[in-house]
Amino acid sequence: MEILDILISASFWAAAIRIATPLILATMGELICERAGVLNLGIEGIMVAGAFAGWMAVYSGTGLWVGVAVAMVVGMGFGLLHSVLTVPFGLSQHVVGLGVTLLATSSTYYAYRLALPQVNSPPKIDAFQPYEIPLLSDIPLLGQALFSQTPFTYLAFALVAATSVMLYRTPVGLAVRAAGESPAAVAAQGLSVTAIRMGAVIVGSGFMAMGGAFLTMSAFDSFFFEMVNGRGWICIALVVFGSWMPGKALLGAVLFAAFDALQIRVQQTGFGADIPYQIFLMAPYILSIVALVLVSRRAQVPAALMVPFNKGER
Amino acid sequence: MTSNAEIVLRLDAITKRFGKLVANDAISLSLHRGEVVALLGENGAGKTTLMNILFGGYTADSGSVQVFGQTLPPGNSRAALDAGVGMVHQHFTLADNLTVLENIALGAQPMTDVRLSKKEIYNKIKILSDEFNLKVDPSARVGSLAVGERQRVEILKALYRDVKILILDEPTAVLTPQEADDLFGTLSLGIKNGLSIIFISHKLHEVMAISNRVAVLRHGKLVAETLTADTDKNALSALMMGTAAKSPDITLANPGKTLLSLQDVTTPDIGNSPGLKSVSLELKAGQIVGLAGVSGNGQAALADVVGGMRMPSQGALVLNGKTLTQWSPRAAVQNGIARIPEDRHKTGTIADFDLTENAILEGYSTAPFSKGGWISWKNAKQFVTDIIEKYDVRCPGPDTRIRLLSGGNMQKLILGRVLEADPQIVLANQPVRGLDIGAVNYVHSQLLAARDRGAAVLLISEDLDEVMDLSDVIHVIAGGRLSPGFARGTMTPAELGIWMAGQGFDAQVAHAS
Repeated sequence: MEILDILISASFWAAAIRIATPLILATMGELICERAGVLNLGIEGIMVAGAFAGWMAVYSGTGLWVGVAVAMVVGMGFGLLHSVLTVPFGLSQHVVGLGVTLLATSSTYYAYRLALPQVNSPPKIDAFQPYEIPLLSDIPLLGQALFSQTPFTYLAFALVAATSVMLYRTPVGLAVRAAGESPAAVAAQGLSVTAIRMGAVIVGSGFMAMGGAFLTMSAFDSFFFEMVNGRGWICIALVVFGSWMPGKALLGAVLFAAFDALQIRVQQTGFGADIPYQIFLMAPYILSIVALVLVSRRAQVPAALMVPFNKGER
Repeated sequence: MTSNAEIVLRLDAITKRFGKLVANDAISLSLHRGEVVALLGENGAGKTTLMNILFGGYTADSGSVQVFGQTLPPGNSRAALDAGVGMVHQHFTLADNLTVLENIALGAQPMTDVRLSKKEIYNKIKILSDEFNLKVDPSARVGSLAVGERQRVEILKALYRDVKILILDEPTAVLTPQEADDLFGTLSLGIKNGLSIIFISHKLHEVMAISNRVAVLRHGKLVAETLTADTDKNALSALMMGTAAKSPDITLANPGKTLLSLQDVTTPDIGNSPGLKSVSLELKAGQIVGLAGVSGNGQAALADVVGGMRMPSQGALVLNGKTLTQWSPRAAVQNGIARIPEDRHKTGTIADFDLTENAILEGYSTAPFSKGGWISWKNAKQFVTDIIEKYDVRCPGPDTRIRLLSGGNMQKLILGRVLEADPQIVLANQPVRGLDIGAVNYVHSQLLAARDRGAAVLLISEDLDEVMDLSDVIHVIAGGRLSPGFARGTMTPAELGIWMAGQGFDAQVAHAS
């Protein structure tokens, strides 16, 4: 009964959408990379770097939106590194991805210590505030859940729509999808597989960094070590869950976030008092694995995912 | 046609090396408007390399390409397409998970366009497919199309870009004789509409039928260029091989008892690859049974069943009079089934293992290669040395990694590995694919020798000529169904083609021969 009450409360869904936002952004980034045929395991580290860069920019005096842009550019920088190594050099995407994650994470912590050597508790910034969209926010339940979020969340939803339109309605999107399916077909049509794949990885990495920046600039107002806390890895699974389709990946992110929001609330009920809290912390991951297995069995993996392409090779 | 027509394409002294191998040695060639030039040569003669240089897939070490008088920048497929050169690759360059329309639209619109104009593209495809008689559904997923249809998509892709010069690399290799005729019809329509065509092939009858002029490549050199009307098959064959290579004499078979029979065997489909549908087949001692058919029609399933990789879901597999209940690759090897796999690189050998290791891949766990659980490298080395000598495997030595060998020498090692055990059944799946004529003749003579020793041979090939030359009995496989057996010499290619297209089965109830 208590769980039902939670499920019909607007504040629960508002929290779910808030928790989902960084996942949505980073999942879109990963999805673009993978659609072009590159698995980007740098995602976790790029989110850490984005979280720090956006927050640091704002702390140094820039506006919030400039902070978002700074995070994106930093992410794109790591994307450039990743794509140079994996696309023209054709190195192992697993090794490069994990390397980028380690590099981005540790260089971020290093930069943090350089910038704030004497600080014990990190300073706060004036983060994004919720903006109630006129009229729409008056809709019962939905208005509170969807239309009383911060502008950063609205941006995330807009980017899902933009990604979808880009992939399915534009010549560029067709080229990206084809690069992930059959690079030979792309090359035979006179297009550069290298340019398409590098572009996709760089843009995708920018999205990942924005996902990280949401944590420090909207969900919270400060930067902590370990704050990304495996969200990047969740996004890798969400791309599979969404069968490499933006809309379904968005649903997956919201679903996972709802599980997460639910376990916090259930812990606070009488039902939750008798059970070790670790069980609840585990729950969203277990439920996600179950959902992943059920949904993604018939998913269409990009045929050339993780297959390097070298023109003119015999 | 007329040699005084405008020259649309000129290759000037093209040279290309891969390491020590000179794939193209100062080749010059020109193409006139409205002309079909056949580029003839054995596998490895350098035909595909030359055309890839023309189309920008490779960069030549020296030499230049001129299209309509303009020099093409090297290694740039886009420039080639823009100049009006299109290429239909032997291995199709299509994305299976995209639709026909998406495959054709790819790269056809500037990347700066905001919208993909699906409607306009759809209409233009419709017009082109009517004009050139290339029937295909633009909204179908390419992965769901048959091979012949995919080739039509490849040709439409080029025509969509308004090419004036079309290069076709071994276009009939995967087609039934009827589909090949349709293709030739389309090409003559193209000529009427102002296309010029370069047609790569090693099949002499096609070259004679379709080309105006023939250019012959051998070992990377252009050895002859002549009007088709001024030459004949024998002359071309001699030019192609250098010397008149002699194919093995074929004697009549003397079939003995049935060694392996399939009785109403059915296996499930796996993805796009059809399973067997109530197939009955008998392999008799001293007889070559040939399996003709377009690739992807159940050959893989049949080879898997005979080779121990798959168990029938229905029906029985009878070996030497005993119905098999347990069947595995190891059981197949132990029962004397020699397996020459379809893909010698992926399943026949391990590229980074040396010749010795590859030679004992099947027998490593039994004597003489295994002694009390330890590998006897001495015996293995002796075995491989014998194979190298007896089967004329050209290699630096038994310690060479097998990836460094040519396809022909790799295949000889596989032949030695399986034939030295004096097998009672030989499963030869595409045994000569990609080999040059000398190696082809060698493999064929070994198969015939195995037959004459009393082995039952199952020859699976997409090359109808090969099946017709070698087989004592021919079955056609289409959509997982097997035709009755036809004795040597009782069927024409066209008649077999009807079965290959899947049409004979409905006219009569298939029965085992």
